[in-house]
Amino acid sequence: MSAAPLGWRVARLVERRVETPTAQTLVLEVPGWPGHLPGQHVDVRLTAEDGYQAARSYSLAAPGTDGRIELTVQRVPDGEVSPYLIDAWAQGDPVEVRGPVGGWFIWRTEETSPVLLVAGGSGIVPLMAMVRARRVAGSRVPFRLVYSARTPTDVFYADELRRRVRDDLGLDVAYVYTREAPEGWRGEPHRVGLADLNTHGWPPDLEPHCYVCGPTGFVETVADLLVGLGHEARRVRTERFGPTG
Amino acid sequence: MTQLSYLDGNMLDGPLRELFAVDLSAATGRCDSCGMTGPMACLHVYSHAPGLVARCPACTAVMLRLVRSPDRAWLDLRGATFLQVPMPLDQPHPRPL
Repeated sequence: MSAAPLGWRVARLVERRVETPTAQTLVLEVPGWPGHLPGQHVDVRLTAEDGYQAARSYSLAAPGTDGRIELTVQRVPDGEVSPYLIDAWAQGDPVEVRGPVGGWFIWRTEETSPVLLVAGGSGIVPLMAMVRARRVAGSRVPFRLVYSARTPTDVFYADELRRRVRDDLGLDVAYVYTREAPEGWRGEPHRVGLADLNTHGWPPDLEPHCYVCGPTGFVETVADLLVGLGHEARRVRTERFGPTG
Repeated sequence: MTQLSYLDGNMLDGPLRELFAVDLSAATGRCDSCGMTGPMACLHVYSHAPGLVARCPACTAVMLRLVRSPDRAWLDLRGATFLQVPMPLDQPHPRPL
């Protein structure tokens, strides 16, 4: 990684993919992008004609290749940045990005401990970057992902996750639905609880690295449950995101 | 909600990378108020202010404040006794002065 203060770079949109009715993956071309680690994020800055600026942080969704980066952006109603990125940003239009940033909520492909990923809603994005990086690196570190979504249609990367589970040895994915579960799913919609983490996580004595990402309340709850189950607090890494968008 | 919502220290990395050559979220900081030592990533950051205010997760004392204007930045670290920053072993380092 470069060891110099970071400046803003100009990025252009090259592709967009619809993930859910309210979220899209945006592929950006960023000349000179230095590469990044799974879990890192990027700041995106918009400048209005009158000079007003708004910046937001977005997690990088995939390993970077050839100066291209991927973000998955959830549209926040009344947000300042996400509605523009999703509804108005046209291919070729410039925005500014600063990154990669983040030295804590990252997974390195050379690590050997088992990994537990717990995602709440769009908190899946940096965790998906880890799942994808594991695949690219040919890592055999056992991964378990517990993914909480409101309904089946709110699941990001649904097809790819199905493929990953089929093709990537040592990756398990469990879903928790909070409002509406798919037909034939066992159990009622509920929020992630002790039983989910106990059943689909790792026992603490395996000393897994736990990554928890989601809204503040979700992260608080899950991190407390994991520590309560006996996981050492320093092995539970968290990333919360607030309501701004 | 009665409490202002906060973000975690991870989000300081972007704004602070304008000033520092490394990501500070992986640095260890010590709270001057209660003495707790831990990753800067675990601070609670409040961004509903003219700047960023980062508080100790244990005692809520302010450990770091950062204000950015178009042509300068103010960094107030008086709430942090020290920052310990991991350095790569392959990077040449000067002898003690």
